Amino acid sequence: MIFWTLFIEFFKIGLFTIGGGYAMIPLVKEAVLNYNWLTESEFYDFIGICESTPGPIAVNMATFVGAGQGGILGGICATLGVILPAFLIILIIASVLKNLTENKYFKGFISGVKPVVVALITSTGLLLLVKCIGFVSIKEFDFNVVSTICFAVITAIYFAYKRIAKKKMSAIMLIVISALLGLLISIILR
Amino acid sequence: MKGKLKLTLSLFITFFKIGLFTFGGGYAMISQIKESVVEKNEWLSEDELLEIIAIAEATPGPIAINMATFVGYKKCGVLGSVFSTLGVVLPSFIIIFIISMFAESFKKNEYVKFAFLGIKAAVAFLILKTGVNMFIKMKKKPYGLIAFSIVFISMILFELFAVSFSAVYFILLGGIAGIVIYSILNIGEKEKEK
Repeated sequence: MIFWTLFIEFFKIGLFTIGGGYAMIPLVKEAVLNYNWLTESEFYDFIGICESTPGPIAVNMATFVGAGQGGILGGICATLGVILPAFLIILIIASVLKNLTENKYFKGFISGVKPVVVALITSTGLLLLVKCIGFVSIKEFDFNVVSTICFAVITAIYFAYKRIAKKKMSAIMLIVISALLGLLISIILR
Repeated sequence: MKGKLKLTLSLFITFFKIGLFTFGGGYAMISQIKESVVEKNEWLSEDELLEIIAIAEATPGPIAINMATFVGYKKCGVLGSVFSTLGVVLPSFIIIFIISMFAESFKKNEYVKFAFLGIKAAVAFLILKTGVNMFIKMKKKPYGLIAFSIVFISMILFELFAVSFSAVYFILLGGIAGIVIYSILNIGEKEKEK
């Protein structure tokens, strides 16, 4: 039953995501690849869309994957799944366990998870970069000129902007610029 | 009763706006929440906002949902929390649902494919940058460095050799290790007190 699977998978994702939107990416990737809901390339394309549309990344992902698999009902099931753990936990903290976040075991758990999450995000980013450049697997390399140039240029632009404007460029700005870059370089190289 | 209904509605509308106008995930939302929840509506004090940010960071799930649920509950009980959460979720749900209807035909367009070659590079940059920034800010205690290295290296090796091992296990193992270390440190301190 696809609706139940969507609900449960996204419930798990919601439950195990500690530390904001990016922490969710490795978990969602795992689920969508396991069930063949999206290809890896479609998945990363979609993160680009999530970053350019408003709202929590988690909800965007759940809605997109759910709607792709089971229409509007699928979207609702996946979205409910991903928000319910957070909703219930906060309700419990706000009503009964007011001091849960002061509890030493709870604190221990969270501080134990943090470096794991950092490693998960960093390795996901690095692996994506390696694939972006053109490594399909260890043995297969198909140099992707456009993405490689885009990555180099966008990195340069980001740090130059940070230096000159003294503030960080927003994610949506970065994505818009690199979309244009991708388009431009592809057309030139065609 | 009428006052409660009105408050619920205004919670819904406020969080709907927050959901509609925040780009770029949870942290971008904090300044929006500060503006409308603390300054405009005075539903929370600045201190309470800081408290809920800390709780949101220390609990699972999207920060936006944590905040909406917490504020809604504080102001108007379970009903309030349901409506605030619905409010913050609905804009992205509607927008993404509409996008998903056109995704198939969109994907076939050649120029869209070109644009996504660039977007993919930006996504790689954003994820990597987030990870590296988090690593830089992380307290460099032995446990953190060891846990980071083990997970990082395993993730790369697993990908290379196509081993499937769920990230959830890493998270659970990290949590258990954290509890164990906390307990040991605690015993140490208690003995010192004696």
